Order: sequence, then C-alpha cells, then structure tokens
Amino acid sequence: MPRHVAVIMDGSARWARRRGLPASSGHEAGVRSLKELVELCGKWGIRILTVFAFSSENWSRPKAEVEFLMGLFERVIEFELQNFSREGVRISTIGDSSRLPKSLQKLLNKAECSTKDNSRLHLVVAVSYSGKSDIAQACKSIAHRVRDGLIQLEDIDEELIEEELATSCCEFPCPDLLIRTSGELRLSNFLLWQLAYAELFFSEALWPDFGKAEFVEALRSFQQRLRRYGSRES
Amino acid sequence: METESSVTGGYRRRFTGFLRKCMFSVLSMGPVPNHIAFIMDGNRRYAKKRNLQLGEGHRAGFASLMWILGYCYELGVKYVTIYAFSIDNFKRRPNEVQVLMDLMLEKIDELLKEESLVRQYGIQLYFIGNLKLLSDNVREAVERAMEITAKNNKLVLLICVPYTSTDEILHAVEESCQDKLDHSQAVKQTNGSTDHCNQTSQEDHEHDIKVVDIEKRMYMAAAPDLDILIRSSGETRLSNFLLYQSDKCQLYSPAALWPELGLWHFVWAVLSYQRSYSYFEKKRKQL
Repeated sequence: MPRHVAVIMDGSARWARRRGLPASSGHEAGVRSLKELVELCGKWGIRILTVFAFSSENWSRPKAEVEFLMGLFERVIEFELQNFSREGVRISTIGDSSRLPKSLQKLLNKAECSTKDNSRLHLVVAVSYSGKSDIAQACKSIAHRVRDGLIQLEDIDEELIEEELATSCCEFPCPDLLIRTSGELRLSNFLLWQLAYAELFFSEALWPDFGKAEFVEALRSFQQRLRRYGSRES
Repeated sequence: METESSVTGGYRRRFTGFLRKCMFSVLSMGPVPNHIAFIMDGNRRYAKKRNLQLGEGHRAGFASLMWILGYCYELGVKYVTIYAFSIDNFKRRPNEVQVLMDLMLEKIDELLKEESLVRQYGIQLYFIGNLKLLSDNVREAVERAMEITAKNNKLVLLICVPYTSTDEILHAVEESCQDKLDHSQAVKQTNGSTDHCNQTSQEDHEHDIKVVDIEKRMYMAAAPDLDILIRSSGETRLSNFLLYQSDKCQLYSPAALWPELGLWHFVWAVLSYQRSYSYFEKKRKQL
C-alpha cells in the first residue's frame, strides 16, 4: 500500500455542466467523493492523503464560484470537525492562507490545533497552493537563515530544502502515488518537488464519480509497478 | 546494380516520407508545440527482448532519438529536451555507467560531423545538469560541443546529463542565497552604520527571493515553457526530471520501449496536445 497518496480532484464543474446543473452542485458532489476517499484511506492503512482543493491559479475563476468554494470549505470543515476527532483524522493545510477569508483562516487554525494529536490518517488540504511558490518560499526561508548566520551556504542541500517546504508537516512528505481525475494529463502546479518519484495515475472519471472501484484500480496499478529510483533491479 | 528490393525499398521510403510531410502539413494548421521533452526509457529492456548486448540497446535508442528529433524539427518544434543520464543513474553498475559515458562521447562526435542532424538543421546544443560530476574527458567533449554549436540559432537540443530536477532547484536556491548574501553585504558597506539597520530591513523586504529569482537561475532557463513531456516504456512517473517545468505541460506515456517509439506515437502526442490546447483556450476565453 502507498504510505502517502495525493489527489488532484478535477472535474467537478464539468460533471455539473454535463447534467445541466450549476458548478456549485458539482463541488458539493465532489465533497461526497472526498469523504468516501478519506474513509477508505483510514480503513486501508494509508497514512497520508494530500488533496488539491484550490490552486493559486483558481483565484482567477469567476468571483461567484470562488466565494461559493470558500463558503463550502468552511461549512464542510465546521461540520466534519467532530468526525475527524472521532475517526482519528489529523488535518493540516498547505498554501498561501493569507488570501483566504479571515473566517476560513481562523477555522483552519482551529481545526489544525484540535486535531494535531490524531494519528490514524493525516489529511493535508492544499488551498491557495502553488508548487512553484512552495519552492520559492522554502528558498526565501533558507536565505533568511543564511543571512542571520543560523546556517552556512555550504549547509544547503536537498534535505534542507525539503524540510522548508510546506509538506514538512507530514511524516512522509513525498507522495508514493498521485491520482488525477477527469482524464487531464498534467500536474497543474501541484507538489512539484515532492512528486519526483511518485507513480502517476490518470483516471478518466470526473471527481464526483471517483469512488471505491476507481480508487482500487489506482492502487492495483500502483502495486504492479516496479520502482527503481534510477538504479537497476539486480 | 540496384536490386529490385532496394528499388522497391527506395520507392517505399519516398512514399512514406511524402505521407509524413502531408500529415505534418495538416498538423501544423493547429497549434504546434514549441518545446517537447523525452524520457528515453526502455533501452535495456529492448536489448534483453532481442538478446542483444546492453550497449546495443542504447545504440538502438540513439538511432530512435535521431528519427524523433527529425520529426520534431520537421513539424516545427523549436526546443527538444532529452533525459540522457540522471544523477541517480550513477548508482548503476560501474561497467554500465562506463558504457553509457563511452557511448555519449562517441555520439557527441557523430552529432558534430558534417552530415549529422545538428549541421543539417542548425541545432544549438546545450548540456544541462551538474557538469562537475562528469569525468574530465566527457566534460571537455560536452563543453567543446556547446562552443562549436553556440552560433546555431534555428533550433535547440537540450541534453540533460547528469541531471535531476531537485539538483537543479538546489543549485538555483544556492545561487539565489549567494546573490542575496552578496547584496546584503554590499548594502551594509555603502550605508552608514547608524542608518543601516532600518535600511537593511526595508531593502531586504524589497529584495526578498521570489519565484522569478529562482527561475532565472535554473539550468533550464535557456528554454521556454515545456508543452509536452513524453516518457516511453509505459512507466508513468517523472523520475526527478523537469519537475519544476512540467507544472502545466501535457504528459504522455506510450507503452512502447524507447527504440520502438515511432512516428505514430509522436503524431498521437501532438494531437493530444492540440485537443487539450483548444480546451484550455476555450476556458481562458470564458474567464
């Protein structure tokens, strides 16, 4: 089983459009898929689940859709907070939270604090996140430490950079498996450094249609792959 | 005297070449990718499949590369990047690493010959990666090749050796930090000691490291945004290749081993890119 699974939850708006529904219905249906996935990961011993909820590029979507999504995040987290505690789910967020509404920022802080000791599943939600900005902020942080004499220039290595990335809150920051739904074959500025050796699985299903069967297919595909990390099997 | 089979073979080649040109004319009516990258995976498996020596698999891979480069440049792709050797590959058995390095020297020589693709198409060669990790003779050959082709300006071939994306980012981060340190020290020297605390924090904020600072120090800053990344042999992972640059590009992983990759895979990759391009253009216009 992969220890860390990452998911780009794509296709909710398309799902709604195909049914003649507003985008908001698609996003609500998407929440149900996410809940199911969180349950399955907890049941099957996957330690970390990172989901791409909202990218920095998504801020340029229509204002009404963005406001709806922010409201949806708040409602869902408020509602699920008790469930998280009961089911041993620890929640963390990565991304530029300064752009989020203040009420959502407050709620996310509260959720992170109240669930920090839960250990069955670590759910990492990427909101207002950009893989490139993650690397830039790690670099900025390292530069400040060098400027302040806390580390020397020669101490900078790949491990140090990884420790400064937003995913350092995770026990295993690098996903073993990345799933992207809706058939799109791209990474869209998600976890770029961290995906160096991840197995990529592209599912044709739109996110609201991604359920247990589709997840099993992705896991089966992962288990069949031979991971060499650049060397050769003997 | 030409035999019947070589005459027929000649006609067949000219006809296939004509068909290919027609197909590329049609493809170029749509958006043509500007930059394609290849992870050339499967040479060893190819050699095993055909009971060949390991080196023969890599040679077949090189021949395949020449065909694919020809297709790219014929279609109008200006930049091609290839993953020739990963820093992780140094973990392989020393004799395999030596075979690859020897092959690289041989092929660099071939590429610089008069009748090669490089001369034919006016290709500029860039060797991308941590060149300090190469042995002296390979590094000298690489630097010489870059010097000789520096004036070519029609098309570009970026050869990643020895390369990993995380090493490239590390190098860019180190340089950015070095520059920032140099800048802070210069500011301290030019300002008076009484003012320098306030000045330094304000200047620091203005000169805080941003995404563009890292990007301009990446080895791959020589190339524009990546449009398509193709990995042969059916493996779907990036293996620490162009992680930073692949944020928006189309990914394609045909099952064919690298020496088996052909025209139809190439055409399929371009068609897939064009279909996705029109979807994103439509989305962009809706915003």
